[in-house]
Amino acid sequence: MITFDQVTVHYDGAAKPALREVDLTIEEGELCLVVGHTGVGKSTLLGAVNGLVPHFTGGTLYGRVTIDGRDTATHPPRELADVVGVVGQDPLDGFVTDTVEEELAYAMEQLAIPPTVMRKRVEETLDLLGLADLRHRALHELSGGQQQRVAIGSVLTAHPRVLVLDEPTSALDPTAAEEVLAAVTRLVHDLGVTVLMAEHRLERVVQYADRVVHLPGNGQVVHGAPTDILRTSSIAPPIVELARAASWHPLPLSVRDARRAAAPLRSTLAGTTPAPIRPTPATDRPALLTARGVTVSYHGVPAVREVDLDLHGGEITALMGRNGSGKSSLLWALQGSGPRRAGTVRVTGAGATHDPHSLSAVHARRLVGLVPQTPADLLYLESVKQELDQADSESAKEAESSGARSILDRLAPGIPDSTHPRDLSEGQKLALVLAIQLSAAPRIVLLDEPTRGLDYRAKAELTRIVAALAGEGCSVVISTHDVEFVARTADRVVVMAEGDVVADGPTSEVIVASPVFAPQTAKILAPLPFLTVDQVTSALESAAPTPRDGEDRA
Amino acid sequence: MSRTTPVAAMPMSGHTPDTGGRRLPRVLHPVAWWIWALALATAVSRTNNPLLLFLVLAVLGYVVTARRTEAPWARGFKYYLYLALTVVAIRVLFRAVFATGITPHDHFLFSLPHIPTPDWYAGIQLGGPVSLEALLSAATDGLRLACMLCCIGAANTLANPKRALRVLPGALHELGVAVTVAISVAPQLVQSVQRVARARRLRAGRNKGLKALRGIVVPVLEDALERSLRLAAGMDSRGYGRAGTATRSSRRITGALMLLGMCGLCAGAYGLLDATTPTFLGLPAMAVGAVLCVAGLRLGGRRVSRTTYRPDPWLLPEWAVAGAGVLSAVLLFSNVGYNAAELNPSIYPLSWPTLPLVPTFAILLAGSAGFLAPPPTPPNPIAPRQRAEKAEAT
Repeated sequence: MITFDQVTVHYDGAAKPALREVDLTIEEGELCLVVGHTGVGKSTLLGAVNGLVPHFTGGTLYGRVTIDGRDTATHPPRELADVVGVVGQDPLDGFVTDTVEEELAYAMEQLAIPPTVMRKRVEETLDLLGLADLRHRALHELSGGQQQRVAIGSVLTAHPRVLVLDEPTSALDPTAAEEVLAAVTRLVHDLGVTVLMAEHRLERVVQYADRVVHLPGNGQVVHGAPTDILRTSSIAPPIVELARAASWHPLPLSVRDARRAAAPLRSTLAGTTPAPIRPTPATDRPALLTARGVTVSYHGVPAVREVDLDLHGGEITALMGRNGSGKSSLLWALQGSGPRRAGTVRVTGAGATHDPHSLSAVHARRLVGLVPQTPADLLYLESVKQELDQADSESAKEAESSGARSILDRLAPGIPDSTHPRDLSEGQKLALVLAIQLSAAPRIVLLDEPTRGLDYRAKAELTRIVAALAGEGCSVVISTHDVEFVARTADRVVVMAEGDVVADGPTSEVIVASPVFAPQTAKILAPLPFLTVDQVTSALESAAPTPRDGEDRA
Repeated sequence: MSRTTPVAAMPMSGHTPDTGGRRLPRVLHPVAWWIWALALATAVSRTNNPLLLFLVLAVLGYVVTARRTEAPWARGFKYYLYLALTVVAIRVLFRAVFATGITPHDHFLFSLPHIPTPDWYAGIQLGGPVSLEALLSAATDGLRLACMLCCIGAANTLANPKRALRVLPGALHELGVAVTVAISVAPQLVQSVQRVARARRLRAGRNKGLKALRGIVVPVLEDALERSLRLAAGMDSRGYGRAGTATRSSRRITGALMLLGMCGLCAGAYGLLDATTPTFLGLPAMAVGAVLCVAGLRLGGRRVSRTTYRPDPWLLPEWAVAGAGVLSAVLLFSNVGYNAAELNPSIYPLSWPTLPLVPTFAILLAGSAGFLAPPPTPPNPIAPRQRAEKAEAT
């Protein structure tokens, strides 16, 4: 169906080609997963399938890409629209019309499909993706998962044989992501659509994949069955890491398979207490921030309802909940920049307590630093150095804080001064904005969905940074959808739903109890209280001699 | 004229659909609404009578409240009313300040301090006495303009602008898409300005001056550019702009036809307006130009091959609504059955305006669009079963 024949893609001005001599054949009806770190050429590979690379992006493509017998060299993307459907990361960016039904029909209108056929296909697609109730709704009113399903539907109506999905679930909460992935697998199994999908969070999708294409980072491509590729790849979901640690054969990819393989491991680990993921913080620390009855509402609709929250120094809190449950509103209200209808926020700093809402922006950011959902909103200068200098001048009223440059070097070493902020990777942008915010030396740091679009490596970096901040006595709050990240990083989890706090407690208690939020390791090893693979390996190492001794004696 | 008038304060009947008897709710063809509104605006241009003008506003208010949908563009009528109010206010204010056309027999109300102007500026007087007649004539003039504005506003409120653009001929398809995209980008731009401005506070950047502006403009523009690139890529991969059956030569012929047609139209307009030009340059040139343009558009339309999903039908209600509008304009221009002077009541001397019968009837006829058009689709159609359950619950 899709054939890459000795494909090399070289962007103008780039030192190395983005893809080098790629040979790849994807058969009809396969669900093919593209994995790799940020910036290894995943998007280039996906874009080459329908000719967006190089027709739209520029650069030079050597070799040949054919889809269903059509060469992309002679067919620009619009001429392939009836064969390939492309869905991007943020569905809102791709919408041309404003209601669900019209969006579904748009591609067909361009293909000049007769109105009667169009009408029928729209109805079929509405049913196929479970969108029938939403048909007249405006696109911007839908939830993230619904929008992504509409985006998939809008390319499906053209009856493409190939579907290309570039990180379709990266902006979605776990439930919405399940919704989208269920729709995709249904297309593969029921309609035989060939799907090529890039995804950072492998734990969600790897079990559905027929084949994995791994981009190790040198421009080349390794592909094969998921079990073969993942056994050795540098990127692996927790389930695979656990399987490697426990040396299971064959490699399980779903929680169900892993649980069946894990019976001996569970009996080995029974009775051992997992080492705490992070050193247990002292219990009698005073609260740095005390919020009581915080209420936020927009146009009379409450977003946060009378939330009480205490934040202590040295503690990492994860704020979870589905999209629109009030996480961002709560963070902005705590920082003092966002609206707050009722309630009090007291922040202890420099020997006195203040309400950040009543302080000037300059003083508020010295108490509470917030990194917004799109960190790039804060960047507007031409180079990293200018941004850092500007940050110093903005917050240098009290000279006790160290310079933004030294903070950035600590967070993400090796970002040159002259780089344009827009050219940084997502992780580096986050580090830069965090450095700018930390230059004011706040004791409380709030991060609004920092894990969005980060790969495993960048998330591990973030965990390290956040742990270091907590070690210095800061209190860190991270709102996120990523359960695996939470399991590795947070001391405490606060779950919000419809503006209320519905759960608040230590990570191990809150996320293990929930079927949606439990990390893979916990699901596999339940009822044992293990959350991460690291805990299992360290427990195995320390416990290894004992059972063998026992066996020897027997 | 604002919300407090009885018409504007009427309950929004959009929530209680089916005022149209047994007719099925559907959306009226956008072109029908535009014809209706433009015809009404033409009729308004004919009269200065404040009673008739207020009647037009009442009719517009009634039709808009009765037949608008719950869509975002349908919530904008009040902004047109504000705009209309501003127009009247500015008109009156200017007339008071630039006190022109005052006769000794006027009813003087008050006097503004007179500002002496230099000799070379002698024609215009600033300040001075203000008369009732001057203000009234300014107010009625402003009111007429305001009414025409509100007609356009009503069309924009009642017809989905994006669906209206679909009637463009195929050759202008690209233009239509560009406008559609611009319409959807504008609200996103507003959102991202708000988001960035909020984020600025986090950095405690300066709130005033050029630097602050830069801090907002740069991220917003970068965001908008990236977004539009992604949109363009998305549209391209969904088949926008696929080549139709046109060949190179047919494209050239299209270009030539359009160019000649435009020349013809220009020459025709010139000939019609200037009485000294030879007669063949008037209507004949205009007709030839129009024919050439239509031919060019038809030929160019073949270049784009696409179809329309659920095209709006043109049925009896469309004829009725457009007809009601056109008929009211015709009645106001016909001068049949009433004295033309009643349309423009005299200010010098002051007289109370009368309500001439035929024009009143004409405007009320336009108002019949409020029930001639089918009821709009209710925002969230409730399934019959759910409705029954609701009824049980209460």
